[in-house]
Amino acid sequence: MTEPPVQPRRRLTIVDYICFGLVGVIIAYAVYRVSDVLVYNWNWSRVFNFVIYYDEETARYVPNLLLEGIATTLRLAFWATIVAATIGLVMGYMRTSKNLAMRMISRCYVELVRNIPPVVFIFIFYFFLSGQLMPLIGIDDIDKHGDFVNSSVFYTLFGDPRLFSNFVAGALCLALFEGAYITEIVRAGIQSITKGQWEAARAVGLSPLNVLRDIIFPQAIRKILPPLAGQFITLIKDSAIVSLISIQELTFLATEVASTTTKVFETWIIVGAMYFVLCYSFATLFGHLEKRSMRARR
Amino acid sequence: MTHTPATASKTDPNILISFDGVSKWFDNFQALRDINLLVKQGERVVVCGPSGSGKSTMIRCVNQLETHQRGVIHVCGREVYGNMKELEKVRREVGMVFQSFNLFPHMSILENVTLAPVRNIKLSRGEANEIALHYLERVQIADQADKFPSQLSGGQQQRVAIARALAMKPRVMLFDEPTSALDPEMINEVLDVMTELADEGMTMMVVTHEMGFAREVADRVVFMDEGRVEENCSKDEFFTGGRGERAQIFLSKILQH
Ligand SMILES: Nc1ncnc2c1ncn2[C@@H]1O[C@H](COP(=O)(O)OP(=O)(O)O)[C@@H](O)[C@H]1O
Ligand SMILES: [Mg+2]
Repeated sequence: MTEPPVQPRRRLTIVDYICFGLVGVIIAYAVYRVSDVLVYNWNWSRVFNFVIYYDEETARYVPNLLLEGIATTLRLAFWATIVAATIGLVMGYMRTSKNLAMRMISRCYVELVRNIPPVVFIFIFYFFLSGQLMPLIGIDDIDKHGDFVNSSVFYTLFGDPRLFSNFVAGALCLALFEGAYITEIVRAGIQSITKGQWEAARAVGLSPLNVLRDIIFPQAIRKILPPLAGQFITLIKDSAIVSLISIQELTFLATEVASTTTKVFETWIIVGAMYFVLCYSFATLFGHLEKRSMRARR
Repeated sequence: MTHTPATASKTDPNILISFDGVSKWFDNFQALRDINLLVKQGERVVVCGPSGSGKSTMIRCVNQLETHQRGVIHVCGREVYGNMKELEKVRREVGMVFQSFNLFPHMSILENVTLAPVRNIKLSRGEANEIALHYLERVQIADQADKFPSQLSGGQQQRVAIARALAMKPRVMLFDEPTSALDPEMINEVLDVMTELADEGMTMMVVTHEMGFAREVADRVVFMDEGRVEENCSKDEFFTGGRGERAQIFLSKILQH
Protein backbone atom coordinates (compact mmCIF):
# COMPACT_ATOMS: atom_id res chain seq x y z
CA MET A 1 0.00 0.00 0.00
CA THR A 2 1.43 3.37 -0.97
CA GLU A 3 0.90 6.54 0.98
CA PRO A 4 -0.82 9.36 -0.89
CA PRO A 5 1.70 12.08 -1.70
CA VAL A 6 1.85 14.77 0.95
CA GLN A 7 0.16 17.91 -0.26
CA PRO A 8 2.43 20.93 0.09
CA ARG A 9 0.98 23.25 2.75
CA ARG A 10 -0.40 26.43 1.35
CA ARG A 11 1.77 29.13 2.86
CA LEU A 12 1.88 32.85 2.44
CA THR A 13 5.03 33.84 0.60
CA ILE A 14 7.03 37.03 0.74
CA VAL A 15 5.14 38.33 -2.30
CA ASP A 16 1.87 37.96 -0.43
CA TYR A 17 3.20 39.94 2.51
CA ILE A 18 4.33 42.72 0.19
CA CYS A 19 0.82 42.87 -1.29
CA PHE A 20 -0.75 43.02 2.17
CA GLY A 21 1.74 45.72 3.11
CA LEU A 22 0.83 47.83 0.08
CA VAL A 23 -2.88 47.57 0.83
CA GLY A 24 -2.16 48.51 4.45
CA VAL A 25 -0.20 51.59 3.34
CA ILE A 26 -3.06 52.75 1.12
CA ILE A 27 -5.59 52.33 3.93
CA ALA A 28 -3.30 54.11 6.40
CA TYR A 29 -2.92 56.98 3.95
CA ALA A 30 -6.67 57.26 3.52
CA VAL A 31 -7.14 57.32 7.30
CA TYR A 32 -4.43 59.95 7.59
CA ARG A 33 -6.05 62.14 4.96
CA VAL A 34 -9.40 61.90 6.71
CA SER A 35 -8.15 62.50 10.24
CA ASP A 36 -5.35 65.00 9.75
CA VAL A 37 -6.16 66.82 6.57
CA LEU A 38 -9.94 66.92 6.72
CA VAL A 39 -9.82 67.29 10.50
CA TYR A 40 -12.91 65.13 10.65
CA ASN A 41 -14.60 64.74 13.99
CA TRP A 42 -15.59 61.08 14.28
CA ASN A 43 -18.67 60.25 16.29
CA TRP A 44 -19.70 56.62 15.88
CA SER A 45 -22.05 56.30 18.81
CA ARG A 46 -24.30 59.05 17.52
CA VAL A 47 -24.95 57.11 14.32
CA PHE A 48 -24.93 53.78 16.04
CA ASN A 49 -27.89 54.93 18.08
CA PHE A 50 -29.82 54.89 14.84
CA VAL A 51 -29.13 51.21 14.48
CA ILE A 52 -30.17 50.27 17.98
CA TYR A 53 -30.53 52.39 21.11
CA TYR A 54 -31.02 51.86 24.82
CA ASP A 55 -34.38 53.01 26.05
CA GLU A 56 -33.96 54.21 29.67
CA GLU A 57 -37.66 53.99 30.48
CA THR A 58 -38.26 50.39 29.51
CA ALA A 59 -34.62 49.45 30.15
CA ARG A 60 -34.45 47.68 26.79
CA TYR A 61 -32.55 47.88 23.55
CA VAL A 62 -34.86 49.14 20.81
CA PRO A 63 -34.16 48.77 17.09
CA ASN A 64 -34.01 52.12 15.39
CA LEU A 65 -34.32 53.51 11.85
CA LEU A 66 -31.41 51.69 10.25
CA LEU A 67 -32.44 48.25 11.53
CA GLU A 68 -35.99 48.96 10.40
CA GLY A 69 -34.51 49.97 7.07
CA ILE A 70 -32.69 46.70 6.66
CA ALA A 71 -35.87 44.85 7.60
CA THR A 72 -37.70 46.72 4.85
CA THR A 73 -34.85 45.93 2.45
CA LEU A 74 -35.21 42.25 3.28
CA ARG A 75 -38.98 42.35 2.85
CA LEU A 76 -38.56 44.13 -0.47
CA ALA A 77 -36.01 41.58 -1.66
CA PHE A 78 -38.21 38.71 -0.54
CA TRP A 79 -41.39 39.83 -2.32
CA ALA A 80 -39.58 41.21 -5.32
CA THR A 81 -37.78 37.87 -5.75
CA ILE A 82 -41.04 35.94 -5.61
CA VAL A 83 -42.72 38.18 -8.16
CA ALA A 84 -39.57 38.40 -10.30
CA ALA A 85 -39.18 34.61 -10.27
CA THR A 86 -42.78 34.25 -11.44
CA ILE A 87 -42.25 36.79 -14.21
CA GLY A 88 -38.94 35.14 -15.07
CA LEU A 89 -40.45 31.67 -15.22
CA VAL A 90 -43.21 32.74 -17.63
CA MET A 91 -41.05 35.07 -19.71
CA GLY A 92 -38.14 32.61 -19.72
CA TYR A 93 -40.44 29.92 -21.05
CA MET A 94 -41.78 32.35 -23.66
CA ARG A 95 -38.20 33.09 -24.73
CA THR A 96 -37.85 29.45 -25.77
CA SER A 97 -41.32 29.18 -27.28
CA LYS A 98 -41.94 28.15 -30.87
CA ASN A 99 -44.49 30.95 -31.16
CA LEU A 100 -42.92 34.05 -32.69
CA ALA A 101 -45.20 36.55 -30.91
CA MET A 102 -44.37 35.04 -27.52
CA ARG A 103 -40.66 35.17 -28.31
CA MET A 104 -40.91 38.80 -29.43
CA ILE A 105 -42.81 39.95 -26.35
CA SER A 106 -40.36 38.37 -23.93
CA ARG A 107 -37.37 39.51 -25.97
CA CYS A 108 -38.63 43.10 -25.95
CA TYR A 109 -39.10 42.99 -22.20
CA VAL A 110 -35.59 41.73 -21.58
CA GLU A 111 -33.95 44.17 -23.98
CA LEU A 112 -35.95 47.09 -22.64
CA VAL A 113 -34.81 46.46 -19.09
CA ARG A 114 -31.24 45.69 -20.01
CA ASN A 115 -30.73 48.76 -22.13
CA ILE A 116 -32.23 51.43 -19.91
CA PRO A 117 -30.38 52.60 -16.78
CA PRO A 118 -32.07 51.01 -13.74
CA VAL A 119 -32.84 54.37 -12.18
CA VAL A 120 -34.62 55.62 -15.28
CA PHE A 121 -36.54 52.37 -15.54
CA ILE A 122 -37.58 52.59 -11.90
CA PHE A 123 -38.74 56.22 -12.29
CA ILE A 124 -40.85 55.39 -15.32
CA PHE A 125 -42.48 52.40 -13.76
CA TYR A 126 -42.93 54.02 -10.40
CA PHE A 127 -44.92 56.89 -11.80
CA PHE A 128 -46.96 54.53 -13.91
CA LEU A 129 -47.52 52.16 -11.00
CA SER A 130 -48.30 54.69 -8.33
CA GLY A 131 -50.33 56.89 -10.67
CA GLN A 132 -52.33 54.27 -12.55
CA LEU A 133 -51.99 50.72 -11.39
CA MET A 134 -52.15 51.08 -7.63
CA PRO A 135 -55.42 53.04 -7.56
CA LEU A 136 -56.77 50.60 -10.14
CA ILE A 137 -56.21 47.52 -7.99
CA GLY A 138 -57.22 49.43 -4.90
CA ILE A 139 -54.07 49.01 -2.84
CA ASP A 140 -54.53 52.51 -1.46
CA ASP A 141 -57.94 51.58 -0.11
CA ILE A 142 -56.88 48.74 2.17
CA ASP A 143 -58.53 48.99 5.54
CA LYS A 144 -55.79 50.48 7.68
CA HIS A 145 -57.62 49.49 10.83
CA GLY A 146 -58.59 45.95 9.84
CA ASP A 147 -57.61 43.11 12.15
CA PHE A 148 -55.22 41.48 9.70
CA VAL A 149 -53.59 44.72 8.67
CA ASN A 150 -52.84 45.55 12.28
CA SER A 151 -51.62 42.07 13.16
CA SER A 152 -47.97 41.29 13.70
CA VAL A 153 -48.06 38.83 10.81
CA PHE A 154 -48.88 41.65 8.44
CA TYR A 155 -46.13 43.78 9.95
CA THR A 156 -43.57 41.01 9.59
CA LEU A 157 -44.51 40.41 5.97
CA PHE A 158 -45.10 43.94 4.69
CA GLY A 159 -43.92 46.39 7.33
CA ASP A 160 -45.80 49.47 8.43
CA PRO A 161 -49.39 49.37 7.05
CA ARG A 162 -49.34 53.14 6.49
CA LEU A 163 -46.53 52.64 3.99
CA PHE A 164 -48.10 49.59 2.35
CA SER A 165 -48.83 51.06 -1.07
CA ASN A 166 -45.40 52.64 -1.12
CA PHE A 167 -43.89 49.25 -0.28
CA VAL A 168 -45.88 47.41 -2.96
CA ALA A 169 -44.87 49.94 -5.60
CA GLY A 170 -41.21 49.55 -4.68
CA ALA A 171 -41.37 45.76 -4.67
CA LEU A 172 -43.13 45.69 -8.05
CA CYS A 173 -40.61 48.07 -9.61
CA LEU A 174 -37.75 45.93 -8.41
CA ALA A 175 -39.51 42.75 -9.50
CA LEU A 176 -40.11 44.03 -13.02
CA PHE A 177 -36.50 45.05 -13.21
CA GLU A 178 -34.96 41.86 -11.82
CA GLY A 179 -37.51 39.73 -13.66
CA ALA A 180 -35.64 40.42 -16.88
CA TYR A 181 -32.44 38.96 -15.50
CA ILE A 182 -34.28 35.96 -14.10
CA THR A 183 -35.91 35.54 -17.51
CA GLU A 184 -32.48 35.02 -19.00
CA ILE A 185 -31.49 32.62 -16.21
CA VAL A 186 -34.64 30.58 -16.82
CA ARG A 187 -34.13 30.62 -20.57
CA ALA A 188 -30.60 29.30 -20.17
CA GLY A 189 -31.89 26.64 -17.76
CA ILE A 190 -34.59 25.46 -20.17
CA GLN A 191 -32.23 25.50 -23.13
CA SER A 192 -29.75 23.37 -21.23
CA ILE A 193 -32.26 20.50 -21.37
CA THR A 194 -31.39 18.37 -24.38
CA LYS A 195 -33.78 17.86 -27.26
CA GLY A 196 -33.90 14.16 -26.43
CA GLN A 197 -35.66 14.87 -23.14
CA TRP A 198 -38.46 16.76 -24.89
CA GLU A 199 -38.77 14.03 -27.48
CA ALA A 200 -38.82 11.17 -25.00
CA ALA A 201 -41.46 12.96 -22.94
CA ARG A 202 -43.62 13.63 -25.97
CA ALA A 203 -43.12 10.14 -27.35
CA VAL A 204 -44.73 8.51 -24.31
CA GLY A 205 -47.78 10.71 -24.94
CA LEU A 206 -47.48 13.27 -22.16
CA SER A 207 -49.54 16.42 -22.63
CA PRO A 208 -47.56 19.63 -23.25
CA LEU A 209 -48.26 20.77 -19.68
CA ASN A 210 -47.02 17.48 -18.23
CA VAL A 211 -43.92 17.59 -20.40
CA LEU A 212 -43.03 20.89 -18.78
CA ARG A 213 -44.11 19.97 -15.27
CA ASP A 214 -42.60 16.50 -15.04
CA ILE A 215 -39.57 16.64 -17.31
CA ILE A 216 -38.39 20.09 -18.28
CA PHE A 217 -38.91 22.28 -15.20
CA PRO A 218 -37.62 19.81 -12.59
CA GLN A 219 -34.39 19.48 -14.54
CA ALA A 220 -34.16 23.15 -15.40
CA ILE A 221 -34.72 24.17 -11.79
CA ARG A 222 -31.53 22.42 -10.70
CA LYS A 223 -29.61 24.47 -13.21
CA ILE A 224 -31.52 27.62 -12.33
CA LEU A 225 -31.33 27.61 -8.53
CA PRO A 226 -27.66 28.55 -8.04
CA PRO A 227 -27.73 31.60 -10.35
CA LEU A 228 -31.16 32.49 -8.96
CA ALA A 229 -29.70 32.57 -5.44
CA GLY A 230 -26.98 34.85 -6.76
CA GLN A 231 -29.62 37.06 -8.33
CA PHE A 232 -31.37 37.31 -4.94
CA ILE A 233 -28.20 38.77 -3.46
CA THR A 234 -27.85 41.13 -6.41
CA LEU A 235 -31.43 42.15 -5.81
CA ILE A 236 -30.69 43.05 -2.18
CA LYS A 237 -27.98 45.39 -3.41
CA ASP A 238 -30.03 46.72 -6.31
CA SER A 239 -32.90 47.47 -3.95
CA ALA A 240 -30.93 50.54 -2.84
CA ILE A 241 -32.11 52.35 -5.98
CA VAL A 242 -35.74 52.36 -4.91
CA SER A 243 -34.66 54.84 -2.23
CA LEU A 244 -34.93 57.32 -5.11
CA ILE A 245 -38.67 56.80 -5.24
CA SER A 246 -38.91 57.26 -1.47
CA ILE A 247 -39.29 53.64 -0.47
CA GLN A 248 -38.19 53.64 3.14
CA GLU A 249 -35.55 50.95 2.96
CA LEU A 250 -32.01 51.00 4.30
CA THR A 251 -30.44 53.43 1.84
CA PHE A 252 -33.34 55.88 2.01
CA LEU A 253 -33.25 55.93 5.80
CA ALA A 254 -29.46 56.20 5.73
CA THR A 255 -29.68 59.45 3.76
CA GLU A 256 -32.05 60.76 6.41
CA VAL A 257 -29.77 59.68 9.24
CA ALA A 258 -26.75 61.17 7.47
CA SER A 259 -28.43 64.52 7.07
CA THR A 260 -29.88 64.73 10.59
CA THR A 261 -26.64 63.70 12.27
CA THR A 262 -24.36 65.29 9.66
CA LYS A 263 -22.14 62.23 10.29
CA VAL A 264 -21.89 61.19 6.66
CA PHE A 265 -18.85 58.90 6.86
CA GLU A 266 -20.03 56.99 9.89
CA THR A 267 -23.52 56.52 8.51
CA TRP A 268 -22.45 55.16 5.16
CA ILE A 269 -19.70 52.98 6.59
CA ILE A 270 -22.18 51.44 9.02
CA VAL A 271 -24.78 51.02 6.29
CA GLY A 272 -22.17 49.49 3.99
CA ALA A 273 -21.22 47.07 6.73
CA MET A 274 -24.88 46.15 7.23
CA TYR A 275 -25.34 45.39 3.52
CA PHE A 276 -22.10 43.43 3.53
CA VAL A 277 -23.06 41.27 6.49
CA LEU A 278 -26.47 40.59 4.99
CA CYS A 279 -25.26 39.72 1.50
CA TYR A 280 -22.22 37.78 2.64
CA SER A 281 -24.33 35.70 5.03
CA PHE A 282 -26.72 34.79 2.25
CA ALA A 283 -23.85 34.00 -0.11
CA THR A 284 -22.30 31.69 2.48
CA LEU A 285 -25.64 30.05 3.24
CA PHE A 286 -26.43 29.44 -0.44
CA GLY A 287 -22.92 28.12 -0.97
CA HIS A 288 -23.43 25.59 1.80
CA LEU A 289 -26.84 24.56 0.51
CA GLU A 290 -25.47 24.07 -2.98
CA LYS A 291 -22.63 21.90 -1.74
CA ARG A 292 -25.04 19.86 0.34
CA SER A 293 -27.44 19.24 -2.52
CA MET A 294 -24.51 18.25 -4.72
CA ARG A 295 -23.49 15.68 -2.17
CA ALA A 296 -27.08 14.49 -1.77
CA ARG A 297 -27.06 13.72 -5.47
CA ARG A 298 -23.82 11.84 -4.76
CA MET B 1 -45.07 -2.18 -55.11
CA THR B 2 -48.72 -1.34 -54.76
CA HIS B 3 -49.98 2.00 -53.51
CA THR B 4 -52.80 1.51 -51.11
CA PRO B 5 -55.09 4.51 -50.83
CA ALA B 6 -54.88 6.20 -47.47
CA THR B 7 -58.48 5.33 -46.76
CA ALA B 8 -57.66 1.63 -46.71
CA SER B 9 -55.70 2.01 -43.50
CA LYS B 10 -58.68 3.65 -41.88
CA THR B 11 -60.95 0.78 -42.66
CA ASP B 12 -58.50 -2.10 -42.44
CA PRO B 13 -57.72 -2.61 -38.75
CA ASN B 14 -54.78 -4.81 -39.68
CA ILE B 15 -52.81 -1.90 -41.05
CA LEU B 16 -51.19 -0.05 -38.17
CA ILE B 17 -49.00 2.40 -40.06
CA SER B 18 -49.50 3.79 -43.54
CA PHE B 19 -47.46 6.40 -45.38
CA ASP B 20 -49.16 7.73 -48.46
CA GLY B 21 -47.06 9.99 -50.67
CA VAL B 22 -45.26 11.55 -47.72
CA SER B 23 -42.65 14.24 -48.29
CA LYS B 24 -40.76 16.32 -45.80
CA TRP B 25 -38.45 19.28 -46.09
CA PHE B 26 -35.99 20.81 -43.65
CA ASP B 27 -36.07 24.36 -44.99
CA ASN B 28 -35.15 23.77 -48.64
CA PHE B 29 -33.64 20.36 -48.14
CA GLN B 30 -35.98 17.51 -48.98
CA ALA B 31 -35.38 14.73 -46.44
CA LEU B 32 -38.27 12.47 -47.47
CA ARG B 33 -39.43 12.01 -51.07
CA ASP B 34 -42.87 10.61 -51.71
CA ILE B 35 -42.76 7.77 -49.18
CA ASN B 36 -45.32 4.98 -49.49
CA LEU B 37 -45.26 2.31 -46.86
CA LEU B 38 -47.58 -0.04 -44.98
CA VAL B 39 -46.93 -1.83 -41.72
CA LYS B 40 -49.43 -4.49 -40.79
CA GLN B 41 -50.34 -5.82 -37.39
CA GLY B 42 -47.61 -8.15 -36.14
CA GLU B 43 -45.17 -7.25 -38.88
CA ARG B 44 -41.50 -6.63 -38.12
CA VAL B 45 -40.04 -4.12 -40.54
CA VAL B 46 -36.33 -3.39 -40.52
CA VAL B 47 -35.31 -0.08 -42.08
CA CYS B 48 -31.75 0.31 -43.28
CA GLY B 49 -29.77 2.57 -45.55
CA PRO B 50 -26.77 4.87 -45.54
CA SER B 51 -26.42 7.60 -42.97
CA GLY B 52 -28.44 10.69 -43.86
CA SER B 53 -30.86 8.77 -46.07
CA GLY B 54 -33.88 9.78 -43.98
CA LYS B 55 -34.45 6.69 -41.83
CA SER B 56 -34.76 8.62 -38.59
CA THR B 57 -36.86 11.31 -40.18
CA MET B 58 -39.28 8.73 -41.54
CA ILE B 59 -39.67 6.79 -38.32
CA ARG B 60 -40.04 10.03 -36.34
CA CYS B 61 -42.87 11.11 -38.61
CA VAL B 62 -44.88 8.13 -37.34
CA ASN B 63 -45.31 9.74 -33.92
CA GLN B 64 -44.80 13.23 -35.30
CA LEU B 65 -41.58 14.13 -33.56
CA GLU B 66 -41.06 15.46 -37.08
CA THR B 67 -43.97 16.85 -39.05
CA HIS B 68 -44.37 16.06 -42.73
CA GLN B 69 -45.47 18.66 -45.25
CA ARG B 70 -47.07 16.57 -47.94
CA GLY B 71 -48.94 13.29 -48.00
CA VAL B 72 -50.92 11.45 -45.37
CA ILE B 73 -49.82 9.29 -42.45
CA HIS B 74 -52.25 7.03 -40.62
CA VAL B 75 -51.32 5.30 -37.38
CA CYS B 76 -53.71 2.86 -35.74
CA GLY B 77 -56.55 4.20 -37.85
CA ARG B 78 -55.96 7.86 -37.02
CA GLU B 79 -54.51 10.45 -39.31
CA VAL B 80 -51.59 12.11 -37.58
CA TYR B 81 -51.36 15.78 -38.23
CA GLY B 82 -51.68 18.90 -36.15
CA ASN B 83 -54.39 18.14 -33.62
CA MET B 84 -52.57 17.78 -30.31
CA LYS B 85 -55.21 15.69 -28.54
CA GLU B 86 -55.36 13.18 -31.38
CA LEU B 87 -51.59 13.12 -31.48
CA GLU B 88 -51.30 12.33 -27.78
CA LYS B 89 -53.63 9.36 -28.32
CA VAL B 90 -51.50 8.12 -31.18
CA ARG B 91 -48.32 8.50 -29.20
CA ARG B 92 -49.77 6.39 -26.41
CA GLU B 93 -50.25 3.56 -28.90
CA VAL B 94 -46.74 3.92 -30.29
CA GLY B 95 -43.69 3.21 -28.15
CA MET B 96 -40.38 4.69 -29.20
CA VAL B 97 -36.81 3.78 -28.33
CA PHE B 98 -34.03 6.22 -29.17
CA GLN B 99 -30.40 5.78 -30.04
CA SER B 100 -29.36 7.83 -27.01
CA PHE B 101 -31.82 6.21 -24.53
CA ASN B 102 -33.17 9.58 -23.32
CA LEU B 103 -34.14 8.31 -19.90
CA PHE B 104 -35.25 11.03 -17.49
CA PRO B 105 -32.12 11.58 -15.38
CA HIS B 106 -33.93 13.14 -12.41
CA MET B 107 -36.21 10.15 -11.90
CA SER B 108 -35.50 6.67 -10.59
CA ILE B 109 -35.75 3.75 -12.99
CA LEU B 110 -39.15 2.89 -11.56
CA GLU B 111 -40.40 6.46 -11.92
CA ASN B 112 -39.15 6.57 -15.50
CA VAL B 113 -41.41 3.65 -16.31
CA THR B 114 -44.44 4.65 -14.24
CA LEU B 115 -44.59 8.28 -15.36
CA ALA B 116 -46.59 7.78 -18.54
CA PRO B 117 -49.16 5.34 -17.09
CA VAL B 118 -49.71 7.59 -14.07
CA ARG B 119 -50.11 10.77 -16.12
CA ASN B 120 -51.80 9.45 -19.23
CA ILE B 121 -54.22 6.82 -18.02
CA LYS B 122 -54.40 8.05 -14.44
CA LEU B 123 -53.34 4.78 -12.86
CA SER B 124 -52.75 4.82 -9.14
CA ARG B 125 -49.15 4.62 -7.93
CA GLY B 126 -49.68 1.04 -6.81
CA GLU B 127 -51.10 -0.15 -10.13
CA ALA B 128 -48.45 1.72 -12.08
CA ASN B 129 -45.65 0.26 -9.97
CA GLU B 130 -47.01 -3.21 -10.55
CA ILE B 131 -47.06 -2.74 -14.32
CA ALA B 132 -43.63 -1.09 -14.28
CA LEU B 133 -42.08 -3.93 -12.29
CA HIS B 134 -43.65 -6.43 -14.65
CA TYR B 135 -41.97 -4.83 -17.66
CA LEU B 136 -38.70 -4.22 -15.83
CA GLU B 137 -38.77 -7.91 -15.01
CA ARG B 138 -39.22 -8.71 -18.67
CA VAL B 139 -36.17 -6.70 -19.64
CA GLN B 140 -34.42 -8.28 -16.65
CA ILE B 141 -33.62 -5.16 -14.75
CA ALA B 142 -36.22 -5.09 -11.97
CA ASP B 143 -33.46 -5.34 -9.36
CA GLN B 144 -32.25 -1.88 -10.38
CA ALA B 145 -35.66 -0.22 -10.02
CA ASP B 146 -34.59 2.20 -7.32
CA LYS B 147 -31.41 3.37 -9.01
CA PHE B 148 -31.04 6.41 -11.23
CA PRO B 149 -30.25 6.25 -14.96
CA SER B 150 -26.72 7.56 -14.51
CA GLN B 151 -25.93 4.55 -12.31
CA LEU B 152 -26.70 2.05 -15.10
CA SER B 153 -24.67 0.90 -18.08
CA GLY B 154 -25.74 1.84 -21.60
CA GLY B 155 -27.24 -1.56 -22.27
CA GLN B 156 -29.18 -1.45 -19.04
CA GLN B 157 -30.44 2.06 -19.78
CA GLN B 158 -31.64 1.02 -23.19
CA ARG B 159 -33.53 -1.92 -21.70
CA VAL B 160 -35.19 0.46 -19.25
CA ALA B 161 -36.11 2.67 -22.19
CA ILE B 162 -37.80 -0.32 -23.80
CA ALA B 163 -39.69 -1.06 -20.57
CA ARG B 164 -40.73 2.59 -20.36
CA ALA B 165 -42.20 2.40 -23.86
CA LEU B 166 -43.90 -0.92 -23.17
CA ALA B 167 -45.55 0.34 -19.99
CA MET B 168 -48.11 2.23 -22.09
CA LYS B 169 -49.02 -1.12 -23.73
CA PRO B 170 -48.40 0.22 -27.22
CA ARG B 171 -49.60 -1.53 -30.38
CA VAL B 172 -46.46 -0.58 -32.29
CA MET B 173 -42.84 -0.15 -31.22
CA LEU B 174 -40.44 2.12 -33.08
CA PHE B 175 -36.69 1.68 -32.65
CA ASP B 176 -34.24 4.23 -34.03
CA GLU B 177 -30.79 2.62 -34.04
CA PRO B 178 -31.26 1.28 -30.51
CA THR B 179 -27.81 -0.32 -30.36
CA SER B 180 -25.66 2.25 -32.17
CA ALA B 181 -24.62 4.10 -29.02
CA LEU B 182 -23.75 0.92 -27.12
CA ASP B 183 -20.42 -0.68 -26.40
CA PRO B 184 -20.17 -3.90 -28.43
CA GLU B 185 -20.51 -6.20 -25.45
CA MET B 186 -23.89 -4.67 -24.57
CA ILE B 187 -25.49 -4.87 -27.99
CA ASN B 188 -26.72 -8.40 -27.59
CA GLU B 189 -28.55 -7.89 -24.32
CA VAL B 190 -30.67 -5.25 -26.06
CA LEU B 191 -31.15 -7.24 -29.26
CA ASP B 192 -32.22 -10.24 -27.17
CA VAL B 193 -34.96 -8.22 -25.55
CA MET B 194 -36.11 -6.97 -28.95
CA THR B 195 -36.10 -10.48 -30.38
CA GLU B 196 -38.20 -11.69 -27.50
CA LEU B 197 -40.62 -8.86 -28.11
CA ALA B 198 -40.86 -9.83 -31.77
CA ASP B 199 -41.51 -13.45 -30.81
CA GLU B 200 -44.46 -12.32 -28.74
CA GLY B 201 -45.96 -10.78 -31.86
CA MET B 202 -45.26 -7.07 -31.28
CA THR B 203 -45.52 -4.91 -34.37
CA MET B 204 -42.12 -3.31 -34.82
CA MET B 205 -40.39 -0.82 -37.03
CA VAL B 206 -36.65 -0.95 -36.45
CA VAL B 207 -33.96 1.26 -37.91
CA THR B 208 -30.75 -0.70 -37.51
CA HIS B 209 -27.51 -1.73 -39.11
CA GLU B 210 -27.55 -5.06 -37.29
CA MET B 211 -28.09 -7.31 -40.27
CA GLY B 212 -27.91 -10.40 -38.07
CA PHE B 213 -30.95 -9.11 -36.22
CA ALA B 214 -32.69 -8.32 -39.51
CA ARG B 215 -32.02 -11.84 -40.80
CA GLU B 216 -33.36 -13.41 -37.67
CA VAL B 217 -36.34 -11.25 -36.86
CA ALA B 218 -37.52 -9.17 -39.82
CA ASP B 219 -40.47 -9.98 -42.00
CA ARG B 220 -39.66 -7.19 -44.35
CA VAL B 221 -36.67 -4.98 -45.10
CA VAL B 222 -36.99 -1.39 -46.26
CA PHE B 223 -33.91 0.11 -47.84
CA MET B 224 -33.74 3.89 -48.01
CA ASP B 225 -31.47 6.17 -49.97
CA GLU B 226 -31.56 9.94 -50.41
CA GLY B 227 -34.99 10.26 -48.83
CA ARG B 228 -36.58 7.55 -50.96
CA VAL B 229 -37.71 4.04 -50.19
CA GLU B 230 -35.53 2.20 -52.71
CA GLU B 231 -36.39 -1.33 -51.69
CA ASN B 232 -39.34 -2.70 -49.80
CA CYS B 233 -39.30 -6.45 -49.92
CA SER B 234 -39.45 -9.61 -47.86
CA LYS B 235 -36.39 -10.49 -45.87
CA ASP B 236 -35.58 -13.46 -48.08
CA GLU B 237 -35.82 -11.42 -51.23
CA PHE B 238 -33.60 -8.75 -49.75
CA PHE B 239 -30.87 -11.07 -48.58
CA THR B 240 -30.86 -13.51 -51.46
CA GLY B 241 -30.90 -11.35 -54.52
CA GLY B 242 -33.83 -9.33 -55.74
CA ARG B 243 -32.28 -6.07 -54.62
CA GLY B 244 -31.09 -3.07 -56.55
CA GLU B 245 -27.59 -1.90 -57.08
CA ARG B 246 -27.51 0.66 -54.29
CA ALA B 247 -28.78 -1.79 -51.72
CA GLN B 248 -26.17 -4.24 -52.99
CA ILE B 249 -23.38 -1.75 -52.41
CA PHE B 250 -24.73 -0.74 -49.01
CA LEU B 251 -25.05 -4.33 -47.88
CA SER B 252 -21.59 -5.31 -49.02
CA LYS B 253 -20.20 -2.35 -47.11
CA ILE B 254 -21.80 -3.09 -43.78
CA LEU B 255 -21.40 -6.83 -44.00
CA GLN B 256 -17.64 -6.37 -44.22
CA HIS B 257 -17.62 -5.33 -40.60
N1 LIG C 1 -33.54 18.95 -37.67
C1 LIG C 1 -32.97 18.93 -38.88
N2 LIG C 1 -32.72 20.09 -39.54
C2 LIG C 1 -32.16 20.06 -40.77
N3 LIG C 1 -31.81 18.96 -41.43
C3 LIG C 1 -32.03 17.78 -40.83
C4 LIG C 1 -32.61 17.70 -39.53
N4 LIG C 1 -32.72 16.40 -39.18
C5 LIG C 1 -32.21 15.70 -40.22
N5 LIG C 1 -31.80 16.51 -41.21
C6 LIG C 1 -31.23 16.09 -42.49
O1 LIG C 1 -32.11 15.20 -43.10
C7 LIG C 1 -31.41 14.11 -43.69
C8 LIG C 1 -31.93 12.80 -43.16
O2 LIG C 1 -31.58 12.72 -41.79
P1 LIG C 1 -31.90 11.44 -40.93
O3 LIG C 1 -33.33 11.10 -41.10
O4 LIG C 1 -31.44 11.71 -39.55
O5 LIG C 1 -30.98 10.35 -41.60
P2 LIG C 1 -30.61 8.90 -41.07
O6 LIG C 1 -31.36 8.65 -39.83
O7 LIG C 1 -30.98 7.99 -42.21
O8 LIG C 1 -29.13 8.92 -40.87
C9 LIG C 1 -29.94 14.33 -43.40
O9 LIG C 1 -29.34 14.87 -44.54
C10 LIG C 1 -29.94 15.35 -42.30
O10 LIG C 1 -28.83 16.21 -42.42
MG1 LIG D 1 -30.61 8.37 -37.82
